[in-house]
Amino acid sequence: MKGIIGLKVGMTQIFDDEGRAVPVTVVLAEPNRVVRKRTPEKNGYAAAQLGVGFIRPHKVRRPQSRDFEKLGIEPVRWLREFRLPGALELEEGSLHRVEDAFSAGDLVDVIGTSKGKGFQGAIRRWGFHRGPMTHGSKYHRGPGSLNARMSGGGGRVFKGRKLPGHMGHRRVTVLKLRVERVDADRNLLMIRGAIPGPKGSLVMVRESVRARPSANNASNARKEA
Amino acid sequence: MDLIRLIEEEQMRHDVPSFRPGDTIRVHVRIREGTRERVQPFEGVVIARKGGASHETMTVRRVSYGVGVERTFMIHSPRIDKIEVLRRGKVRRAKLYYLRNLRGKAARIKERV
Repeated sequence: MKGIIGLKVGMTQIFDDEGRAVPVTVVLAEPNRVVRKRTPEKNGYAAAQLGVGFIRPHKVRRPQSRDFEKLGIEPVRWLREFRLPGALELEEGSLHRVEDAFSAGDLVDVIGTSKGKGFQGAIRRWGFHRGPMTHGSKYHRGPGSLNARMSGGGGRVFKGRKLPGHMGHRRVTVLKLRVERVDADRNLLMIRGAIPGPKGSLVMVRESVRARPSANNASNARKEA
Repeated sequence: MDLIRLIEEEQMRHDVPSFRPGDTIRVHVRIREGTRERVQPFEGVVIARKGGASHETMTVRRVSYGVGVERTFMIHSPRIDKIEVLRRGKVRRAKLYYLRNLRGKAARIKERV
């Protein structure tokens, strides 16, 4: 199965075979434990639940500790499900390593939690323009008109209106990044480009939806045509 | 952070001679022409070194047929065959951008001994 949980280490630059400098994000993906499987018969879909990270046994929630006891494995701190082809071939309780999951040249999606930006105005958060700062203008960085009072707008603010508020710290998926290098000895993945979140944050790396063969995948359909 | 340093260390070359801004160097650059590879030298004065670790760069300036030419190289790039230090220069700043405005005699750099 082409999926693994890792921790973002940071960014740097490596030279490829051609001598070009490639910007990469280093992801530390220690061997993931296959904790559970979801089967179509029982759960209605096929997935593997992977886990990683050390947790002191008394910190484990009781219902969850049953999963670990049943398999006789060390408990893990983080659990994530991967709904990917090949998920059912994994064996519960076994270890899933970087080199099992990926090799150089694979296209992957990386899912993480973006850096929190706090409470931001409409300019930073939504890219609104600002008003004039001078010439008697009293409208500087505001969000502008929210709606019309009578006609069209109906005298209320529509849901989803772009306004100031909390920005960042949400789930972000970056599609179609290239795995430049897989370091099996140190459990490292080097992925071209930037991935969401601060250093040390948890990320899910999976085979890209843009690389998977499927009927509704536009990029594949184009290739065949 | 340490892991990043380690990776950068691996990317670095250890055959880079020590040189400073103001030094005159000859950079042997590997150039791919189709399938053939050849080495082209570029000689000039180092006017800046920027960055650190594996991503450090240097800017080399030379005046060729009356035209100033500057090339920026990644010091640790595998595309560089070798770097020769021809002359060490005595300068008082780290970035010699002022050389761009000087020509002839004024653009000379005293030798460091």
